[in-house]
Amino acid sequence: MNIINLLIKYKHYYLVGVKITLLLSFLSLIFGTTLGSLLSLLKLSKYKIPKALSTVYIEVVRGTPMMVQIALVYFGSYVMIGMDISGFAAALIAVSLNSAAYVAEIIRSGIQSIDKGQMEASRSLGISERQTMRYIILPQAVKNILPALGNEFVTLIKETSVASTIGVADLMYASKIVQSNSFQPFNPLIIVAGIYFLFTFTLSQLIGVFERSLSHND
Amino acid sequence: MIRIENLNKYFGDKHILKDINLEIKDGEVIGLIGPSGSGKSTLIRCMNFLEIPTSGNVYIDEKDLSTLGNEIDKVRQQIGMVFQHFHLFPHKTVLENITLAPVLTGKLAKTQAEEKALELLKTMDLLDKKDVYPNSLSGGQKQRIAIARSLAMDPKIMLFDEVTSALDPEMVGEVLNVMKGLASTGMTMIVVTHEMAFAKQVADRVIFMSDGEIVESNTAVELFENPQNIRTKEFLSKVLEY
Repeated sequence: MNIINLLIKYKHYYLVGVKITLLLSFLSLIFGTTLGSLLSLLKLSKYKIPKALSTVYIEVVRGTPMMVQIALVYFGSYVMIGMDISGFAAALIAVSLNSAAYVAEIIRSGIQSIDKGQMEASRSLGISERQTMRYIILPQAVKNILPALGNEFVTLIKETSVASTIGVADLMYASKIVQSNSFQPFNPLIIVAGIYFLFTFTLSQLIGVFERSLSHND
Repeated sequence: MIRIENLNKYFGDKHILKDINLEIKDGEVIGLIGPSGSGKSTLIRCMNFLEIPTSGNVYIDEKDLSTLGNEIDKVRQQIGMVFQHFHLFPHKTVLENITLAPVLTGKLAKTQAEEKALELLKTMDLLDKKDVYPNSLSGGQKQRIAIARSLAMDPKIMLFDEVTSALDPEMVGEVLNVMKGLASTGMTMIVVTHEMAFAKQVADRVIFMSDGEIVESNTAVELFENPQNIRTKEFLSKVLEY
């Protein structure tokens, strides 16, 4: 009962939090996936320099905590570009850059998991490398990539909660405000946990449906 | 015509092909035999540049493959290749497997490509499989589809890389029969094989390779019945024992 009362009383904070968290997740997902796809292409490239650059980027990003990265972007923006950026912008940049590294690895391993013979059979028929990628390799790789990418999106939604540490008014931040306003430490957290779960569960179900529609000819 | 001059291939510091010189005329059927690891597969993979030689030249109809760049695709369209493990496209139906290359390379319009594919399936006796996916086929069926897929490009040369080695024994015959039929049409064929009886029966010329070298090359009858080199003799005595 208490939880529902809390939710109704402080619904304004939670609504703002939901909006910010969804917006941050959605935009980071778009930017992260785009950048991650590019990075995976660099990493698969025949040329040494792009390959090395993307490898270093991916290793560094995956080897440092998200909370450090977000603080680095937020507090480092003045040092780096000479102006302050908003907490939301800093969070968006940090989460996107972080997600890109994971997405890049997912796509790279998905593509490399396809038997080399597929590329050879296609090239031996005189089909160009680009067309082979598009019509032979990628359609098969997608089936490996999608489940892992779905997990990454779920992780991304949860990770955005770190944005609250630099004062972005997301869901996690809302729970902190409600905690201090209501003098209740526990129930506000139950509420945000429920909301996060609602988002991630819905997403993983949607991905599951999509996966099944792809696997009809296995 | 295929002409190979002073071809060397290294994998790391392993010398796989040693100074190969070879000429194959149009319409010739070549059986390429030898112990495993002797470089047979690497040699035919150099003929369509799936493997790029470390040094030396490969000419197809007097075109030097190493100078072609992206034009290599045009040459490959004239050289079919069939693999030990089929490598059919698992996400495409049998019909799509066969029509894909002619359509993507702009050689045939879709309806023409389909007509041609159906014709090929008919000669392979696999017309009823046109709409299934490769995973529901037997090994012998897969390999015949793989041959049809190559033939759909109207190649001048066909390369066969141990195409019956991964098959159950009862399926070897159906694939060899298709190849025999193909040889009788005058197709230039290079067949890497462990099927000595097939090589003897179908090949115009048999080449024996060992340790990355062409040890002996002769007409099928001569090579099998009157081998000159000691290594050829040893190999044949081992494989023909049973």
